[in-house]
Amino acid sequence: MSMVVLIGLLLIGGVIAWWTERINSDWPRWVALATVCAALLYLLRITASLSLESFELVPDPHDGASWLLHLKLAWIPRFGINFELAMDGLSLLLVALTLLLGLIAIASSWSEINFKTGFFHANLLWTLAGVCGVFLALDLFLFFLFWEVMLIPMYLLIAIWGHENSGYAAMKFFIFTQFSGLLMLLSIVVLAWQGAVTNGLLSFSYFDLLGLPLEGPLAWVTMLGFFIAFTVKLPGFPFHTWLPDAHTQAPTAGSVLLAGILLKTGAYGLLRFCIPLFPDISAQFAPIAMGLGAAGVIYGAILAFGQTDFKRLVAYSSVSHMGFVLLGLYAWNTLALQGAVMQMVAHGVSTAALFTLAGSLQQRLHTRDMRQMGGLWHQAPRMGACAMFFALASLGLPGLGNFVAEFLILLGLFAVQPWLCAVAALGLISAAIYALWMMQQTFQGEPDTGRQMRDFNGREMLAMTTMIVALIGLGLYPQPVLDLVEPTLDALQQEVRSDVIRAFATTSAAQ
Amino acid sequence: MAVLWLIPFLPFLSATLMLLSAGRMPRYLSAWLGVGSIGLAAVCVALVARAYLADHQVQELTLWTWMSVDNFTPRIAFRVDGLTVVMMSVITGVGFLIHLYSVEFMWEDESICRYFAYMNLFVAAMLLLVMADNLLLLYLGWEGVGACSYLLVGFWYRDPDNGRAARKAFIVTRVGDTAMALGLFLLFTELGTLDIQPLMAAANDRWQIGDTLPILATALLLGGALGKSAQLPLHTWLPDAMAGPTPVSALIHAATMVTAGVYLIARLYELFLLAPPTLAVIAWIGLLTLLLAAFTALAQKDIKRILAYSTISQIGYMFLALGVGAFASSIFHLVTHAFFKALLFLAAGAVIHCLHHEHNIFRMGGLRTRLPVVFLSFLIGSAALAALPFSSGFFSKEGILLSAWTQPGIGPWLWAGGLLGALLTSIYSFRLVFIVFFGEAQTEPDRQPGWQMAIPLMVLCVLSLVGGWFVLPLSGVLPDPGHDPVSHWVEYISIGTPLLGLTVAYLLYLGRQVSIASLMASPAGAAVQSFWYGGARIDKLYDLLLVRPFTGLTHWWRNEPVDLLYNALVWMTRWGHGRLVVLQTGELRWYATSMVFGLLLLLAIVLRDSA
Amino acid sequence: MGGLQIPLEHVLLIASCLFSCGLAGLMLRRNLIFMLMSLEVMLNSAALAFVAAGARWGQPDGQIIFLFILSIAAAEVAVGLGLVLQIQRRFKTLDMDQANRLRG
Repeated sequence: MSMVVLIGLLLIGGVIAWWTERINSDWPRWVALATVCAALLYLLRITASLSLESFELVPDPHDGASWLLHLKLAWIPRFGINFELAMDGLSLLLVALTLLLGLIAIASSWSEINFKTGFFHANLLWTLAGVCGVFLALDLFLFFLFWEVMLIPMYLLIAIWGHENSGYAAMKFFIFTQFSGLLMLLSIVVLAWQGAVTNGLLSFSYFDLLGLPLEGPLAWVTMLGFFIAFTVKLPGFPFHTWLPDAHTQAPTAGSVLLAGILLKTGAYGLLRFCIPLFPDISAQFAPIAMGLGAAGVIYGAILAFGQTDFKRLVAYSSVSHMGFVLLGLYAWNTLALQGAVMQMVAHGVSTAALFTLAGSLQQRLHTRDMRQMGGLWHQAPRMGACAMFFALASLGLPGLGNFVAEFLILLGLFAVQPWLCAVAALGLISAAIYALWMMQQTFQGEPDTGRQMRDFNGREMLAMTTMIVALIGLGLYPQPVLDLVEPTLDALQQEVRSDVIRAFATTSAAQ
Repeated sequence: MAVLWLIPFLPFLSATLMLLSAGRMPRYLSAWLGVGSIGLAAVCVALVARAYLADHQVQELTLWTWMSVDNFTPRIAFRVDGLTVVMMSVITGVGFLIHLYSVEFMWEDESICRYFAYMNLFVAAMLLLVMADNLLLLYLGWEGVGACSYLLVGFWYRDPDNGRAARKAFIVTRVGDTAMALGLFLLFTELGTLDIQPLMAAANDRWQIGDTLPILATALLLGGALGKSAQLPLHTWLPDAMAGPTPVSALIHAATMVTAGVYLIARLYELFLLAPPTLAVIAWIGLLTLLLAAFTALAQKDIKRILAYSTISQIGYMFLALGVGAFASSIFHLVTHAFFKALLFLAAGAVIHCLHHEHNIFRMGGLRTRLPVVFLSFLIGSAALAALPFSSGFFSKEGILLSAWTQPGIGPWLWAGGLLGALLTSIYSFRLVFIVFFGEAQTEPDRQPGWQMAIPLMVLCVLSLVGGWFVLPLSGVLPDPGHDPVSHWVEYISIGTPLLGLTVAYLLYLGRQVSIASLMASPAGAAVQSFWYGGARIDKLYDLLLVRPFTGLTHWWRNEPVDLLYNALVWMTRWGHGRLVVLQTGELRWYATSMVFGLLLLLAIVLRDSA
Repeated sequence: MGGLQIPLEHVLLIASCLFSCGLAGLMLRRNLIFMLMSLEVMLNSAALAFVAAGARWGQPDGQIIFLFILSIAAAEVAVGLGLVLQIQRRFKTLDMDQANRLRG
């Protein structure tokens, strides 16, 4: 039940935050903060109550009992739909990341949002609830439900509290994700139907649907349904065009949530569902997916350099970084997968920080146009130092989390596709180009002496320091994170490997 | 050995403290912290070096396992052998002197705390680079020094030109670093480890001399070395990097970081010995670079740019030595070069400091009597750089030239090229001395260097003079093929060449026996001068081939070409809407009528089917 | 079951006549009140058909449905007249061809 409590806490917290606005418009902030803190503490308590050995146990992909937590309640038995949640190391990591970035999001919007604060924080918490649900749900129908739950509050966040062109951006975001979500729903139904044909039992459970013998064009189309849904969210080239608009127009907290965690649901979906459910087809599809990943890496980096809007630049850098994730996932070996998970975490932190910075800049200067900045280091050295740190992190400086991630991904990829690895490595060069150009345009150069700007205060520095420490920790001692997800990755790899072997065995027997 | 971890940690700790103080640290405290931490690290290095010299025992220390994924288990671990001891001594020893010098040089700068923080961070990263026992940790240091170089070149951030130079330095070296990263991927994929010693053992085990894979791997690693050490074709960043404060140029762009490429190749010499073609390429690149940079140095006007090109040229000598397999000679030249080039940069810094930030040598002159300490330093430094007999540079360069000579086949060519380079070196170094310190005064110095500047200069003077007699503890660490005895006239020629250069420089720039002005006035002379003044136009070439297409592409694409696809979809939807919307008249009766007819139609279909 | 038996066909004939009248009124009249009245006529014609069918087969369902239709008609008139008032107030006309603000 603990997972239900976790999600319920966030949902109810949202309602309370909305309601307390009637008393005082500052109360929702505190309520939201308290809710996320409570959820974090609760997660900590759940984790602490588990035995150490269970973290090393490889979770059986066909049986929830060996997972860290597993809950299955009947929901719509007629269609084989259950309320099924389960947690393994990967989910735990991502839920923890979600809650931590939730805190950052609340902190970064503390003084930015000054109307409808209650509804704002309600939406924020509901998004978090949806994301946690996505990371925990193992019934595909429930997964789809949470997938939609996180979408609508996010849409509202962008549409209501966004900047000058928020209506367009919010609608674009909504249509892209909604349309791709529809494809996924169709794929889920087809998959469940296939499962019913094969197993003689209609079920939407992940455990029942793994390892279905799927072949032919229908299976390809089904796989593509999942792939497109997740790649739109990731976002992978060429489905990324909603992202720069959404990021640019969203309020700071929205950008932080979008970049920090919503994008990760796409990567998580690919890792948990798309590849293991369709191992053979994914193996055949891998070169194309990796090609898209490499294209995203290069394309995002090139476009990032061309931008004049601070947030757009960071948004395109996200496209570039998430291209690495796509590469790592489809390289499908331990090194690359660990790198991909690491990238999810490290990119979540570093990009959240950059968006927080962008938000603070916009709040102070009332512009995101970098051509109107310059020399800000003079007025705000602390902001400058933070920006420098995260720019260096974003270009993959060793000793920080992003480097570990990108190095592992490329190292794993090199064994599979050396040439593609070389192409993707060009992204490292272009990352240096855009990250340093960003620093030049904003914080370096001749300061405008007539401009008054407040430097970071204690609250903002606290948020920044947390993320700086996290990135250094991930960069110098990533082992806890690697160990946490290792059993999950082992299980997934075994699942896929045995399936591919089985498929090969059957085809050779037929001949 | 427990003290080992303190060596990179002390500078790192002080850098962290200074960064955390957010610039509010009093300047004397930052100065003490900055200089003191390097001094303490130097003491630790001295302890380690004494222990090593006593028993030649390799010291190892593992702090923790960095990460462990599959069979990829790089550790945060140090390994100190003779080569590392030499490098550490240079870094902390010369580094300490330069830090001390910086106190006076930077005292009036408002951001002295930030300056020392970056400098200490650099020293820490550089120490990690040379102490690392595996290539990943080496890569951390490698990129770390690159980042610190970026921060320090762009230290005076208000001038966009400095920012441009800093970005150029980082990005050009990043090109090399990326090649190096690919080299690491290749090595790990093939050999299954990145720990340096097991790696070389495995390479010797599995690969034969001249196999494709070692050639490929070493070529990729060479890419990294070329970028970091500013060799052709990735040398263009170093002259621009002179935008930083002068002590930075002395430490990073002369003594330590730019020689990292030399260190890398020497460190992995067993791997490179498996790839003779790569070694040959290294030798030729070294030769080409040293000649090109020497010619360019001859045509420059900015005192620091002259020294920068001279650095490129001297590292060219080191590469030449590496290419002919004389690894120990290369490291020897690295050490002496660190002494005399740091000396030259610091002396140049003193000139700039005392002359209101004047960089143009033609606006100096006559400083011999006005800044005697600086003049002496510059003279000794130039003598060592030109390899005048019995200076430190003489011994190291002599070793390189003789090793080149004894190389079978291409040896004499390399030797002749190196000799030409030595001639040019001598000419441009004394051109600098004669123009800056002799002749008529153009600008009056407004101050004299204080003791913090004078002491490092004096110490480095001594080192530049006697450095040639040092015996580096490299036996057993690097192969020293030695060279067959060569006929005496070869040695005489190499001794005589710098003297010839000195004479030429005297005739051209001091004695005015040959009018350099009329030579430059002729059209051919002016064309040659402008060609070399622009660094052989390589920068322009890159600008045309790489920078402009890239910026053009980004400009063309900045509004998201992929969106055209989706906009086409939107347009089609809009078009369909325009066609269908006419049906929506808004008139109730029209709707009712169409419903009736629709119903009738349906009824007709049903009736027909049932009939 | 004595007395005058009216054949089902006759009742249906009347019902369809009524329905056609209503339909024609709906399609041809422009005044909203007359359109509502036509609608009532159509509803009643359907109700008549139900009652007749109930009587023919001796089932109560027809009368139940009649009651249903009665209440629906009442509700519809209430809503409809409300709309009529609003439209009159806003457009100063009950000509439905004038009130075509929903045109795309």
